[in-house]
Amino acid sequence: MYAEDMSLKIALFGITREIVGTSVIELPAPAPATVGALLDELRKQYPALGELRSCAVAVNNEYARNDHPLHTVDEIALIPPVAGG
Amino acid sequence: MTPTLSITDQPIDIAAALAAVQTDAAGAVNSFIGTVRNQSGGRPVRRLHYESYDSMALTQLGHVVNQAYEKWPMLQEVAVVHRKGTLELGDVAVVVAVATPHRAESFAACQFIIDTLKQVVTIWKREEYEDGTEWVAAHP
Repeated sequence: MYAEDMSLKIALFGITREIVGTSVIELPAPAPATVGALLDELRKQYPALGELRSCAVAVNNEYARNDHPLHTVDEIALIPPVAGG
Repeated sequence: MTPTLSITDQPIDIAAALAAVQTDAAGAVNSFIGTVRNQSGGRPVRRLHYESYDSMALTQLGHVVNQAYEKWPMLQEVAVVHRKGTLELGDVAVVVAVATPHRAESFAACQFIIDTLKQVVTIWKREEYEDGTEWVAAHP
């Protein structure tokens, strides 16, 4: 189990920053504290995230799978569809 | 053989990117230069706004270049420079430069790097039109 006061900071970029309205949000860690649970929680709070072509989560600068655990010290970011080049 | 990778809000110096891959071991230098086009899907584009998650973009760019080195062991030098911020029509958005002993691998490696960059590197593009803006590729 995870401490109830464990919170996560999530960096937002591009369209996810516009949807949420800020470049960083802090929220209580979901239980279990995984990428998949975090995405579920964010889509619940911000339904427009569910309309994107994709929405990945990065942990410490790497793309992370749904079962990847999250910790307070992690650098977490929402990654909407990239469009470099 | 350390690649030159950068994300910059300043105009890209193409000559510097080409110079960065110069080596006596290479008989071929190949480059891709991506520029800002005046339309997208038939809709006139005024300018582009690029946003980058720099630390992750550089990490992922490093992975892309490492994959290129694995696929083409003869690959010598690589430089990738991507612009961020507001770009006007004709501005250079990205430069990929590679140096290899022979030309065939230089074309292949350069194409692999730009194609894979577009899939994984955390840079986002907002197109500005006469009547609004849109994040490219955001919606199905």
